[in-house]
Amino acid sequence: MTTPTYRVEVDQAKCQGHNRCYSMAPELFDVDDYGLASAVGDGTVPPDLLDKARRAVANCPEYAITLTEVPL
Amino acid sequence: MTGRQAPVSDWATDFDHTDPTWVADPYPIWDELRRNCPVAHSDRYGGTWLPTTHELVSEVAYDTEHFTSRAVVVSNIKPTDLDLPAPIGLAPPITSDPPFHAIARRMLLPAFSPKPINALEPFTRSLCRELLDATRGMSHFDAALEYTRHIPVRVIVQMLGFPQEDADIFRHFITQVLENVDQSVEERQEVIASGELDAYMNDQIAKHRAEPRDDLTSFLLEAEIDGNKLEDAHIRGTMVLLMIAGIDTTWSAIGASLWHLARHPEDRRRLIEEPALWDTAIEELLRAYAPVTMARMVKEDFDFHGCPMKKDDWLLLPFPSANRDEREFPEADAVELDRVDNRHAAFGLGIHRCLGSNLARMELTVALQEWLDRYPQFDLADPAAVTWSGGQVRGPRSLPVRIL
Repeated sequence: MTTPTYRVEVDQAKCQGHNRCYSMAPELFDVDDYGLASAVGDGTVPPDLLDKARRAVANCPEYAITLTEVPL
Repeated sequence: MTGRQAPVSDWATDFDHTDPTWVADPYPIWDELRRNCPVAHSDRYGGTWLPTTHELVSEVAYDTEHFTSRAVVVSNIKPTDLDLPAPIGLAPPITSDPPFHAIARRMLLPAFSPKPINALEPFTRSLCRELLDATRGMSHFDAALEYTRHIPVRVIVQMLGFPQEDADIFRHFITQVLENVDQSVEERQEVIASGELDAYMNDQIAKHRAEPRDDLTSFLLEAEIDGNKLEDAHIRGTMVLLMIAGIDTTWSAIGASLWHLARHPEDRRRLIEEPALWDTAIEELLRAYAPVTMARMVKEDFDFHGCPMKKDDWLLLPFPSANRDEREFPEADAVELDRVDNRHAAFGLGIHRCLGSNLARMELTVALQEWLDRYPQFDLADPAAVTWSGGQVRGPRSLPVRIL
């Protein structure tokens, strides 16, 4: 059995810089000089951070973060 | 401060955000409106609308086509197109509309992004300790007067590079602008238009121009939009914005959180025993006691879900009500410090998201941590003596506590 891989993505058009994702999961998100967020690297979520990724999605006031399963 | 207006007869058709009942506890009013009249209307202040559900508050916050931000404080003075020209407004970017809004905001964002704000934490922490030191030995005192009200104003004054002893000048101005909104036009004009504050800011601008330093005033003096330095009026407007947006608001959030902790020993104990709880706890306190109700004006006549909105009508945008909407937040009236899913709108939604949210969050966290470190056990000395501010920023203005 293979464990599915997940990826997070921040929609730049929706992010308003609330900084919730970066403060709760800095391993997965970074902010630029303007406080706007993006995924670290290509957004791949290590299995042990999946819970944090889900929390980041559920706490973004602008619904700007998506978590998707990467097709094998 | 409140109650100058006639008593409210019906909240759905005659609401007033300065009415003593609203000021004392607006949540039951909003609960009722969310259920029975999601967009209320009042003839007061020249015509005002009030959406109360999370969905409708979001919709207005995202709709910059039908609503303008050129005036964001509902009062008896209704600005005309002439005295507050869109898209810039009096205090950019909070009073700005697209496309100028993004330009003015982008210029300020770096000064309020997480990293520079984190650098202010040591100052804030020592300020809180200094204020708490001054209460040493007192068994009863007013936490609003002795503690919460000093914190945000002194942090802003520090950021701007003004002398700490001038903090009172700003606190007085803010009370006038934000809380005494039910005064007559003449009373409001007298204080706001006196020119005293402009003169103070001009003096500081001149001093910083002569001797640049590493602070926000010098940052504003160096800032450029389209290759041009900012005009002094824009710089003063931004300073006014920082005061309007950063002082009463955070003072209120800290005070309301202390009010909660004073009445919930189990939450105090959890915060002291489970430091990992702070992150969710701060967001939950912000959700449950969000201090700020924003406002918009209607740009042109249009129909909003069956409501005939007229050009220049006011619209109150109660983020605190959106934060208590059961459809978005299960058990919305319960304060759950470990609430995991919390998309609260305490800092607004959309392009006007509170520029200072990182600063506010840092100040709230530090202020509560330092308080609990000093006073793990306290309660309200007299619950009936707690008073709340009226208008669009809600927080305790008198908070007598008893140290246990």
